[in-house]
Amino acid sequence: MKKLAALRFLIPLAAFLVLSGFLFKGLWMDPHQVPSPLIDKPAPAFRLTQVADPGKSLSRDELLGKVWLLNVWASWCVSCREEHAVLVEFAKTGVVPIYGLDYQDTRDAALKWLGTLGNPYQASLFDQDGRVGIDYGVYGVPETYVIDKAGTIRYKQIGPITPEILHDTIVPLVRKLNA
Amino acid sequence: MRRLLVIWALVSLASPFLAGAREAPPVGEDPAIERRMMTLAQELRCLVCQNQTLADSQASLAADLRQEIRELMQKGESDEEVKHYLVVRYGDFVLYRPPVKSSTWLLWFGPALLLVAGLTTLYSVLIRRRRLATADPLTADQEQHALALLSEDERQPS
Repeated sequence: MKKLAALRFLIPLAAFLVLSGFLFKGLWMDPHQVPSPLIDKPAPAFRLTQVADPGKSLSRDELLGKVWLLNVWASWCVSCREEHAVLVEFAKTGVVPIYGLDYQDTRDAALKWLGTLGNPYQASLFDQDGRVGIDYGVYGVPETYVIDKAGTIRYKQIGPITPEILHDTIVPLVRKLNA
Repeated sequence: MRRLLVIWALVSLASPFLAGAREAPPVGEDPAIERRMMTLAQELRCLVCQNQTLADSQASLAADLRQEIRELMQKGESDEEVKHYLVVRYGDFVLYRPPVKSSTWLLWFGPALLLVAGLTTLYSVLIRRRRLATADPLTADQEQHALALLSEDERQPS
């Protein structure tokens, strides 16, 4: 009984340690990484014209049957510039087709961007008013979605893609989905 | 000459306002919808500036979403339907008032649980104290002895 009473004084210490644990974990969490509710849900439908040709359109359903990446970008987006080089290199490997969603941009600026920095995209969709972006829950460009053969979103990357993310997450996931 | 100078001064003072006069951002035509939209937007979080509401934020996404809300309201959707529209796209994170569900029970009821636990502890401590105070009353001898010691103390203040 006495022993137990002595242990009572350890309660505040234990509570403090638990609290420290939570706060310590909080140090490494990024509040800007908001988990998307769209993961494992069907990718929202769209039909948009292409950046390169206002006469050609593309819809979500035309891309069913293959695994593909949807990369949201814009010529005004600074971190897209950093990401773009990684995408251009990655596109050369041909692991997965990349489609662009040019978000709230102008055609001229977008074409100039693709002309000078290279074009990793099979096609880029022109989302001038950002409506499709809203449907996909885009809130910080660049964002990238991995969409499977059935048109389901399997992964969302918020912020620029790095070679590490490609190597550790996206490529293994694409391989698994294609298997 | 002096009059000319005064006019020149007035014009140059006013010029920043003349040059800076841009078109005001479009306000919804329907004041009732505008009011409803602003009330609802006070409860929604802007995804870009995360500590601001959709009503306060200057981010362009917030402006787009306010416009989206206006249009949904014009189509006759209820506040709940508008919230659902946003939650489907951005998750519960957009709601400043999180919904009550199994993953948020601790959030909603945790404070009440802590309060109950605290009150229970306080109550049991008080009860135990009272029991200690009344548990071993002094015998008559002991009381005599205690009084003697106390008065002795009073007589010789050291």
